[in-house]
Amino acid sequence: MSTTATEPAEGPSKVDLGAQGGGTGEIPSFDVTLKVRRYLPETSEDAYWDEWTVTMYGTDRVLDALHKVKWDIDGTLSFRRSCAHGVCGSDAMRINGRNRLACKTLLKDLDLSKPILVEPIKGLPVEKDLIVDMDPFFQSYREIMPFLINKGPEPTKERLQSAEERERFDDTTKCILCAACTSSCPVFWTDGQYFGPAAIVNAHRFIFDSRDDAGDMRLEILNDKEGVWRCRTTFNCSEACPRGIQVTKAIAEVKQAVLAGSF
Amino acid sequence: MQVHKYDVVIVGAGGAGMRAAIESGQRARTAVLTKLYPTRSHTGAAQGGMCAALANVEEDNWEWHTFDTVKGGDYLVDQDAAEVMAKEAIDAVLDLEKMGLPFNRTPEGRIDQRRFGGHTRDHGKAPVRRACYAADRTGHMILQTLYQNCVKHDVEFYNEFYVLDLLMVDEPGTRPDGTPFTQKRVAGVVSYELATGELHVFQAKSVVFATGGAGKVFKTTSNAHTLTGDGMAIAYRNGLPLEDMEFIQFHPTGLAGLGILLSEAARGEGGILRNADGERFMERYAPTIKDLAPRDIVARSMAEEVRQGRGCGPNKDYVLLDLTHLEPAHIDAKLPDITEFARTYLGVEPYTEPVPVFPTCHYVMGGIPTNIKAEVLQDNDTVVPGLYAAGEVACVSVHGSNRLGTNSLLDINVFGRRAGIYAAEYAATADFVDLPENGEAPTVEHIENLRSATGTERVAELRARLQDVMDADMQVFRTDESIRRALAEIESLRERYENVSVQDKGKRFNLDLLEGLELGYLLDMAEAMTVAALHRKESRGGHYREDYPDRDDANWMAHSMLYRDPDSEMEGVKGIRSETKPVVVTRYQPMERKY
Repeated sequence: MSTTATEPAEGPSKVDLGAQGGGTGEIPSFDVTLKVRRYLPETSEDAYWDEWTVTMYGTDRVLDALHKVKWDIDGTLSFRRSCAHGVCGSDAMRINGRNRLACKTLLKDLDLSKPILVEPIKGLPVEKDLIVDMDPFFQSYREIMPFLINKGPEPTKERLQSAEERERFDDTTKCILCAACTSSCPVFWTDGQYFGPAAIVNAHRFIFDSRDDAGDMRLEILNDKEGVWRCRTTFNCSEACPRGIQVTKAIAEVKQAVLAGSF
Repeated sequence: MQVHKYDVVIVGAGGAGMRAAIESGQRARTAVLTKLYPTRSHTGAAQGGMCAALANVEEDNWEWHTFDTVKGGDYLVDQDAAEVMAKEAIDAVLDLEKMGLPFNRTPEGRIDQRRFGGHTRDHGKAPVRRACYAADRTGHMILQTLYQNCVKHDVEFYNEFYVLDLLMVDEPGTRPDGTPFTQKRVAGVVSYELATGELHVFQAKSVVFATGGAGKVFKTTSNAHTLTGDGMAIAYRNGLPLEDMEFIQFHPTGLAGLGILLSEAARGEGGILRNADGERFMERYAPTIKDLAPRDIVARSMAEEVRQGRGCGPNKDYVLLDLTHLEPAHIDAKLPDITEFARTYLGVEPYTEPVPVFPTCHYVMGGIPTNIKAEVLQDNDTVVPGLYAAGEVACVSVHGSNRLGTNSLLDINVFGRRAGIYAAEYAATADFVDLPENGEAPTVEHIENLRSATGTERVAELRARLQDVMDADMQVFRTDESIRRALAEIESLRERYENVSVQDKGKRFNLDLLEGLELGYLLDMAEAMTVAALHRKESRGGHYREDYPDRDDANWMAHSMLYRDPDSEMEGVKGIRSETKPVVVTRYQPMERKY
């Protein structure tokens, strides 16, 4: 038994806050125009654009603007959302041509002199408005065996893992399966069979986990013609990831592991 | 309409539902129905950790954990359940590690542990390092790990299936003393497929409710939009009781104005709360463990500072969470997500600036009453055969009147596992109960009435009004007057709800319609919480009555049990009956709660 390396610092009982106790003043309001790609298959076979202008406030996000439209103007506007702060992965969509989470995209950070373009993510069948069929995405995820496989005897307590070993795959544990990366990938758009970045990220999470014994099986799966070699390193996935995962780097590490025949 | 038949049906795919599914799926034919994709569940938003007395970094034992849980819950905890949870916590953490959960590690490679509010060494002597964690995304890792293991075990999910009703039958029963009573038995559930608008009836020998909480009755909340009390409301409408609904936890550190959670781990790692004078005010309210006092105490202390005019900001309506004395590297290693939330949503840099925070509705301590086998109770002690509940929807009661931080991630793992095992065991020997004839008819009628309604009221407006009044009058400070004000508004909103309509009349992905149904659940939950709060004339844990500021064990050390009953009236509200249920006390007699 021992204590951990870093003992938290103890802060003082009283500090001079200076200007920080005062806050930042009034919350500004502003008008934004949303231009949303609509698809209502029960009404029409064709997709079309719809546009609304709404008044929003300082810390509001694109999700708040979509809610404002849905709740106050047009209840048929359909999109998925749940946690509303970037951890559940429900509301990935194309905002001004980039894949982002609507709940993590602050309106004030966008160019509000033009309409904000909102479209469903690409490469997955659109079901209604911003809702796509996620099943193909989750099917690719399932195929890389996204669970720890340890062939040794079950320990009575925890398996040991050094902090360095734990750090090795930390980045790829952050994935929330929102599909922003996979649906930003030009290869995935043209070839729906490609596993896509998210499945490779989740394979990486286990391949580089010191406790896992099935890396070779996953590498064999990803050495397939629809596997890592389809990646063209366009970096769209890394730019799209709302969790800041270095997706392209993770794919490159998997490629190297395939080439090395070990990891 | 389609009819499906499974041994076990689990409703909800958060931590409790998936932990149950891993057990049940290996023992019985199991289906999981979830209104979201499993990995969207709000377990993933939990941050700080999961407590277990592993004693990996300092001396600890499960008995101390039990005591802290009982004291933290202000002695309304059922102590048999708390013992089960604290004992099984150790295996629950080890099980997750074996399933692959990437915990932070000690230099020796063991699971690392850190401090958390209300968790102490030797019955309150000092904070103890008990919380096992993975940075500040422990819930995310638990949700992912459980989903991964569901994939491994080929658990059958029905994604985006909203369960709208519980099918039960009444049978004549006889109590051990010979008196007759009505025994409820579970037959299945009625479910709505979001993609098609089609209804599906699932017949099952065992049904496990794991549908989470109801935080969206409040405006300021850490809860997801989808946490609308569905499971609790469905049980309640079907004649089952709800226990301890007046006890709602307000997490001290929500991002000011937004309610987004900033983990208690921020204080476990050394963060300090300060008022406008820069004072560490928790030294006055909890001299021994200060900022690591339980959440009810810290939340009230913060609200009191604001009331006394010592709040920060242009409207003096929040306090500050100060991390600036911590090393940036330490913050990056231990608290990366929450510091990013502060940057993204408030534009505050936690390395150099304190973060504006205020209490946010976080957790419902009450719920569907269960025993320690996760079996649902239809009264104080009669089990509904085949019906189970676990996690926030349930009230077992391990949290009493105030849950300790990390004990919810523990609850879902310990009682989720138990629910899965017992549900499968029951299904192995039980027979199917015949589905009631036209059991889906009330659901069909309910949906079609709302879809075709032409009323003038709008769902969003009523919901916003409800959330405003709950924030104003049912938050950390309550009085007879404030609660009555909230109740009057809720009753008015319930009337207006009769005249509500939705715009989307379609079948496919009609979330407009579902939000309308969810509002009905929210109104039921708000009414139950408010009536229970009005009834309990004492202050205990998360329920603080300024007109009855002390805990009153002589009159009120009992669980509240609310029933829907057309022949009764409670606090002026028709159709509700109130009873009480004794608290299970094993080893700890109530003491004054000081920290």
